[in-house]
Amino acid sequence: MAISFTVNGEDRSVDVDPDTPLLWVLRDELRLTGTKFGCGIAQCGACTVHLNGMTRRACVTPISMVEGSDVTTIEGVEGAEAEAVRAAWTAIDVPQCGYCQSGQIMSATALLQQNGAPTDEDIDNAMAGNICRCATYVRIRQAIHDAAKTLEG
Amino acid sequence: MNIQTSRRAFLTGLIVAVALPRMTRAQAMPGYFNVLPEAGDDWVPNAFIRVAPDNTVTVLIKHIEFGQGPYTGLTTLVAEEMDADWSQMRAAAAPADAEKYANTAFGMQGTGGSSSMANSFMQMRKAGAAARAMLVAAAAEKFGVSADQITVEKGVLTAGDQTATFGELAEAASSQTAPEDPPVKEPGQFTLIGTDLPKLDTIAKTDGKAEYALDVYLDDMLTAVVAHPPKFGATVASFDDSAAMQVAGVKKVVQIPTGVAVLAENTFAALKGRAALTVEWDESAAETRSTDQMVEEWTAAATATGNATKDWEIEASGDPDTTPEGEVLEATYVFPFLAHTPMEPLDGVIQIREDGVEVWMGSQMQTGDVGIMSKVLATDKLKLNTMLAGGSFGRRATPDAHFAAELAEVGKAHGNGTVKLMWTREDDVQGGYYRPLTVHHMRGAMDADGKISLWDHGIAAQSVFIGTPFDAMLQGGPDFSAFEGASELRYAAENHRLRWAQMESPVSTLWWRSVGHSHTGFAVECFVDEMLEKAGIDPIDGRLALLGDDHPREKAVLQRVAEMADMSGDYGYGVAVVKSFDSYVAQIAEVEDRGGFPHVRRVWCAVDCGLAVNPNVVKAQMEGGIGYGLSAVLYSEITLDEGGTVRQQNWDSYPIMRIPEMPAVEVAIIQSAEPPTGVGEPGTPPIGPAVANAWRRLTGTALRRLPVVPVPVA
Repeated sequence: MAISFTVNGEDRSVDVDPDTPLLWVLRDELRLTGTKFGCGIAQCGACTVHLNGMTRRACVTPISMVEGSDVTTIEGVEGAEAEAVRAAWTAIDVPQCGYCQSGQIMSATALLQQNGAPTDEDIDNAMAGNICRCATYVRIRQAIHDAAKTLEG
Repeated sequence: MNIQTSRRAFLTGLIVAVALPRMTRAQAMPGYFNVLPEAGDDWVPNAFIRVAPDNTVTVLIKHIEFGQGPYTGLTTLVAEEMDADWSQMRAAAAPADAEKYANTAFGMQGTGGSSSMANSFMQMRKAGAAARAMLVAAAAEKFGVSADQITVEKGVLTAGDQTATFGELAEAASSQTAPEDPPVKEPGQFTLIGTDLPKLDTIAKTDGKAEYALDVYLDDMLTAVVAHPPKFGATVASFDDSAAMQVAGVKKVVQIPTGVAVLAENTFAALKGRAALTVEWDESAAETRSTDQMVEEWTAAATATGNATKDWEIEASGDPDTTPEGEVLEATYVFPFLAHTPMEPLDGVIQIREDGVEVWMGSQMQTGDVGIMSKVLATDKLKLNTMLAGGSFGRRATPDAHFAAELAEVGKAHGNGTVKLMWTREDDVQGGYYRPLTVHHMRGAMDADGKISLWDHGIAAQSVFIGTPFDAMLQGGPDFSAFEGASELRYAAENHRLRWAQMESPVSTLWWRSVGHSHTGFAVECFVDEMLEKAGIDPIDGRLALLGDDHPREKAVLQRVAEMADMSGDYGYGVAVVKSFDSYVAQIAEVEDRGGFPHVRRVWCAVDCGLAVNPNVVKAQMEGGIGYGLSAVLYSEITLDEGGTVRQQNWDSYPIMRIPEMPAVEVAIIQSAEPPTGVGEPGTPPIGPAVANAWRRLTGTALRRLPVVPVPVA
């Protein structure tokens, strides 16, 4: 049975096992590989996408749930917040291995879309679900504050 | 797009890496290449450099990039000696070729021991200097002037009013003779080395375009997962694939040496197929001890000889059996098995064609990986593409090349065609290759003047070398990696002994970020700190005195970190200093008692890694090394239950550092003209003892069994 939704603004339709996680539809079927597999149980956040504007762990989201929804991935996320986050990430070279960073950026962008001036505690709450095994957390925190400042300014 | 891109464009994300597979030069943009393109019309002055007619300079990097920065660092060395403009530089993974691309510290191609910069430092500079000399010779001919009339700056050669770019001179330079031993710059002439150049791989890691092996998708590719034994040392007795073969998309189920492989049209089908498999395991040779039992046995072996597979006396001086004056401190430290859990689990793609084999994987030891795959597939035509890897921390470098072997076995089972092999997180957490379970037993005494009269140290641990293809490197001697950091004790001790009790188990073990220092740093630094505290001596002054005159670099980082730290809060403060991988790191941790558990608020870190080629990368590695070390101190352990099954499965039961627990970190780099040394690992060892020492001084409780925050497992 075909399941239809949009990805990064484009209409997409896939005919797969309806239990297939959105993560594997994005990667295996649509070849959008920026969304990463890390754990498969919503522990690490490497697969974070925006589903109807909210962060969502694609690894535990069956594609049947996505019917009619709007999905945004790292390849398509745009707008002032996303640009500010990418610029802040780049300015201080946040990534090390980089594998978790798509998810970090999707979570940070969603945070700033909802809260233009997050405190450290806000950042902790919004980003605690995104593991970085390289522990780039010091810089993630700084980059979110930096991005918030540029959005203000 | 104009390829002579400005620095501004370089930084604002206009420029991205290109996509797999089979990209063309026209698509290629700066930063780095996900896969090394064909040389085409490039001028190739040596094994490390290609200069293209479009004026780009591609540096072939012999070390895998998994976050520690060799793409940027090694490219910096070449750009410096060529006097190139940073914007024209590109990095790409070098092919697998042990003759051209050996790690000069290992004698084969591979990355580890925090050696990438140290072993490449002169090699890459010489390569850059040779290319520059050939460009200058070509320009001299073209301009009709002598070589000494030519200046080179930001990729442009100039003599009077004549100028030419590298790209314009590439063809002419190709007919010049390469100098054998070109002079390199004096440190005072550096314009790029020592600066915070932006990392070449950052932009592609913020827009999803960085490609790891898991991101390689090729036509008609199948995806495979493998059912591995539930216990270490178990093997397949029999299996029933009838249900698995009923899963839509499953194409093949086949036994391979490491388990039963399920090949399917996509990842979800492969996972579903594996879940539907029934496998009977032969556990006759399996590890069935629990880790509790192992800790008991290891403790006995660390405490007295006669309890190990083999007892080694590593060092002894004075009379270590003496009964010293004053109180004898006796302590046992227990360090659990640890999984590395890099964000990207082990994965790779293999394509078997009539004309040969091609592999894409995050290979950390190309020579071993190519060797084992060539053997399994009985081919001498195997091309390995080293991809970016999502972390490693030692995990991707295995003496037995077990993952490459499994990939080749899966490829062989598939036959001609393409297959991706992926380990899940559960495969990773339960799959062994752990930091060895290690127990230290220490006896020591310090007199009132702070002099150590006794330091008697026993360590029980499995070897990560013995019994592997790297065994021969030990030449029959003990495995240094079990006790490095405890040997060559930096603190003067009148009566001293170090023993290693060699333990054995079918549980596979491996180096884990900072290897032996991950536990010896903790034991040595906690033990000396506790002795100093009991003697009423300041932990920094006391260490400085014990370090004497032979350890100026340890002393310098200690003094520096003491100057940096603000220890005025109502918290615990602890210090540690560890030399590892030829670098010196001292840290002070500020620790709060939160409900009976340590919460680390701030960390100060001073590092001496010789010349800091890219200070920003050095600082990032210290920050990351601290976070990585803290995970292990606070939360992480692999345990086996009665019968030998691993209790942990994923990051829910094997927790690691998350952002709310990450301390603020301040790093200072000691200015140095010494050659560069390691930074990937040396940030990790001091954080554990710094935190434990702070906690003991705050609460009176010595932390001697890690991790300190117990995590319930099902």
